[in-house]
Amino acid sequence: MTGTDWPLWEVFVRSRRGLSHTHAGSLHAPDAEMALRNARDLYTRRSEGVSIWVVPATAITASSPDEKDPFFEPAADKPYRHPTFYDIPEGVRHL
Amino acid sequence: MTTTAPETEVLAAVFDAAVAADERIEPRDWMPDAYRATLVRQIAQHAHSEIIGMQPEANWITRAPSLRRKAILMAKVQDEAGHGLYLYSAAETLGTGRDELLDKLHAGRQRYSSIFNYPTLTWADVGAIGWLVDGAAITNQVPLCRCSYGPYARAMVRICKEESFHQRQGYELLLTLSRGTEAQHAMAQDAVDRWWWPSLMMFGPPDDESAHSAQSMAWKIKRHSNDELRQRFVDICVPQAESLGLTLPDPDLRWNEARGHYDFGAIDWDEFHEVLRGNGPCNDQRIGQRRTAHENGAWVREAAAAHAAKHGKATA
Repeated sequence: MTGTDWPLWEVFVRSRRGLSHTHAGSLHAPDAEMALRNARDLYTRRSEGVSIWVVPATAITASSPDEKDPFFEPAADKPYRHPTFYDIPEGVRHL
Repeated sequence: MTTTAPETEVLAAVFDAAVAADERIEPRDWMPDAYRATLVRQIAQHAHSEIIGMQPEANWITRAPSLRRKAILMAKVQDEAGHGLYLYSAAETLGTGRDELLDKLHAGRQRYSSIFNYPTLTWADVGAIGWLVDGAAITNQVPLCRCSYGPYARAMVRICKEESFHQRQGYELLLTLSRGTEAQHAMAQDAVDRWWWPSLMMFGPPDDESAHSAQSMAWKIKRHSNDELRQRFVDICVPQAESLGLTLPDPDLRWNEARGHYDFGAIDWDEFHEVLRGNGPCNDQRIGQRRTAHENGAWVREAAAAHAAKHGKATA
């Protein structure tokens, strides 16, 4: 059957100017141009987007799915990076 | 990648805790094999239903009574194709490709909803499908937006938004017929008479006979039982039928003050099982047409592949 080896494309849609592209889903297409056209028909039938990216799924490098992965550990013990870490006297304004 | 038994136990505990805490399971998380298999089975059946469901309605596109109705119906049928693709995309995150699922559908090894094995005999059927069949689908699908598997839940959010148009266009179509000539009113009533009971069957067998329900509820794939959703649907439909000026074909349908719900008559489960076994009015026709459509599309897929090869843009 033809089409079995079409690459998988991940689709990202910017819903309106001023917002980032957001992952919408995926589709198969033989090339980038067809992937864009198919993404338009599939993910923006109701004007959900003003811009679309299609990215070959194989081009994405991802971190480990484990949220407790040591990879994210450096951020876990640094509460002083958050504004709520600091005690400010009552009545001090604009801070 | 192999894991030892104690490791699997730890992974299973992490999975169970995530489900218990109402967190979403994402594609690369560890999950029990049976959870994965259940999801693939359910999402595939759901996706197949969407694309097979294009057929009974597409049957009326060329005979729509006005350009307005034709444009609406084409948009609806196109949406069903889109819904199928959102769902195949969700299934693919579980490691099962679209081609494999289509092959299984074509070979009769995976099912689609039995409702689509009934014929669309008149234009009013387009309205009855929108109101009742899509209405039942929405009742089933809204809780799936909170399904424990992230990609399935996200696909359902998109689908439910779009189904709302489907249901309303069906209701409006039936209302127009119901308020039309005597013959048009009769046509609307006939369609509702034929689609009502099969729509109730869409919620699946009664709870005590539903093979997968308990486990799916424990995994939070399913949030409500078949009978609970069926009752919810009946309660919603009765007043809607009254507003349409149409009746529902069930002499036992009446309000039960004590239960706070409508009582309704016995469903003919023999008919349901017969249709599931392949003996519905249109089973062979639906699968035959699906296979033919796929074969007839081969040259388009070949042309697209040839074009991509020639211009060298297949970067993945």
